[in-house]
Amino acid sequence: MNLLVSLAIILNRSWQTAFIALRALRRNKLRSGLTALGIIIGVGSVVAMVAVGNGAQARIEGQVAALGQNLLMIFAGSSRSGGVNAGLGSASAITLADADAIRREVTDVVAVSPEVSTAGQAIANGRNWSTSIVGESSDYLLIRDWQLTAGSMFTERDVRSAAKVAVIGSKTAVQLFGPLDPIGQTVRIKNIPFVITGLLKSKGAGMGGQNQDDRLIIPYTTAMKRITGDKYVRSVNVQVVSTARMEAAQQQIISLLRQRHRLAADQDNDFNIFNQKEIADTANSITTVITLLLGAIAGISLLVGGIGIMNIMLVSVTERTREIGIRIAVGAQSSAIKLQFLIEAVTLSVLGGLIGVLIGVGIAKLVGALADFTPVVSSGSIMLALTVSCSIGIFFGLYPAHKASILDPIDALRYE
Amino acid sequence: MIHMSDSIQPAVLARLRDFSKTYQSGEVEVKAVRGINLDIKKGDFVAIMGTSGSGKSTLMNMLGCLDKPTSGEYLLDGVNVAALSRRQLAGLRNKKLGFVFQSFNLLARTSALENVELPLLYNDTLITGRERNRRARQALEKVGLADREHHHPSQLSGGQQQRVAIARSLINRPEILLADEPTGNLDTRTSIDIMGLFQELNDSGITIVMVTHELDIAAYCKRIVIMRDGKIISDTPNVTRRVAADERAALDRAEQQADLT
Repeated sequence: MNLLVSLAIILNRSWQTAFIALRALRRNKLRSGLTALGIIIGVGSVVAMVAVGNGAQARIEGQVAALGQNLLMIFAGSSRSGGVNAGLGSASAITLADADAIRREVTDVVAVSPEVSTAGQAIANGRNWSTSIVGESSDYLLIRDWQLTAGSMFTERDVRSAAKVAVIGSKTAVQLFGPLDPIGQTVRIKNIPFVITGLLKSKGAGMGGQNQDDRLIIPYTTAMKRITGDKYVRSVNVQVVSTARMEAAQQQIISLLRQRHRLAADQDNDFNIFNQKEIADTANSITTVITLLLGAIAGISLLVGGIGIMNIMLVSVTERTREIGIRIAVGAQSSAIKLQFLIEAVTLSVLGGLIGVLIGVGIAKLVGALADFTPVVSSGSIMLALTVSCSIGIFFGLYPAHKASILDPIDALRYE
Repeated sequence: MIHMSDSIQPAVLARLRDFSKTYQSGEVEVKAVRGINLDIKKGDFVAIMGTSGSGKSTLMNMLGCLDKPTSGEYLLDGVNVAALSRRQLAGLRNKKLGFVFQSFNLLARTSALENVELPLLYNDTLITGRERNRRARQALEKVGLADREHHHPSQLSGGQQQRVAIARSLINRPEILLADEPTGNLDTRTSIDIMGLFQELNDSGITIVMVTHELDIAAYCKRIVIMRDGKIISDTPNVTRRVAADERAALDRAEQQADLT
């Protein structure tokens, strides 16, 4: 019972103190607003940044998933000569025989698609359009988990016979045929007529930002014989039976290729092998770095905001020295004075935090409207931002509040 | 020194024994109060007089528990003040002491009512907002300002502000009202009004200790203590006491006659 009464007294007094603090802030609207600005910017950028970061991450994860399932990509290696890295695919070291060997000898491999690619002019329907010509096996769409909206993929027999058939990307189709149905139409590449058998479903931008919908996919055999004339493939796409077997399959492929390329133990690989998980990890680590960087900036803004609050609270304590003296003279405990100024500081920072959350959500929405991904505002980041701003209020309000509470009443009453 | 006595009488509210205060001002020691013995009885109305520097304000601050003596003893209502913590002293100021200052010391941009309520905010018993309002209104009524409760100090005259301050000092029903030059900033007529209010309060049983340097203001009190160089040099009952109510009535009559002629 006694406890209840003291609790009621404390609550009653806290409410009164909060009321006094709020009124003091209202009297200096402009100053309070400017003081809270640091926190507003800090919290706003934290919320916006986390939302944009999450959105970007979700999008990258989507893109990685869109690569296909359990995908390994083998690129003709970076030929290192004298420290100069000539880049992926420049060494032209992977042959069709290599791709066949992978298909035959590596356990757990489900499908293989050697890839060659070039840019070329496609002519059809009286129009022409520069697009990318990609040679693949008939398993390619399976490996990439890519669907057709109409028609069908060319067959293994088409590949064996190097048939002049193609599936067309949705953008290329629109460019060449407009609203017409492209299936069964003929498109000429390097003056060779290809019959279109299928229309690809739109997939959007790929990992490197290239438009995956602007392409013609033809059998790799046809591409090598008739279009590029290459003896080597640019890369090999390999699908492994399950995620768990990825690592083992990757190791097998590496040793197989090293053996086939007759590499000595001290020689580097003349090919590069990527697995989907590594690509995802790399992308994630990039977004993590960017998120941390922005987080550091937001943190600095919050710190500066906190110092701003401390500064204004110190000014406020000085300005109101006489008021403090009066309160002490009529019997205010130093704890009550301390609480009053602490509540003022916390109110400033929490109000700043709330406004910051609103602005942060607004920025996230704006980014969502302008960019081609959707920022994800998480309740966790909002809770974190509010907790941090409240803590900043307490931390930076403590010293001014303490200063106010230890003022000598006689000096304070004489203060002009 | 007529009130010196070693036997503790129940009627003594404040008792000072060998009460001293020494300031360190740079390298110079300033002995503001030197070995004062003083008893203030319940119902007393004491004027403490003296020139500036006589130590009367220092004495007043210590009586009000805003300052601590260097040596000596202070019993307030039987409690040894020197032994109290900061927290307990705050409680003492809140409940047993009421302050009235020369410069009123009201909170600016705060209504008269809220100014009067202020000490109730720091009371350690549960007082609801409604009860605070009721008591503050009552106190304002007592000082004749019932119709000014929502006015801010800047909208009130000096005399009215001092009345608000007096209402504030009374709200927790203190044992002693301590007034430091309460009429120092007021004109003669308003001063008479304030002294009239003090005399009324004193008649209703409130003990008042007032610092003043004006003899004609001290003349309203029951007892006059004169200080010089930190010591009490005279402590006498005021036999020719002025009565503010009578003077005020005479003043009003004179004014009415002046208007008529």
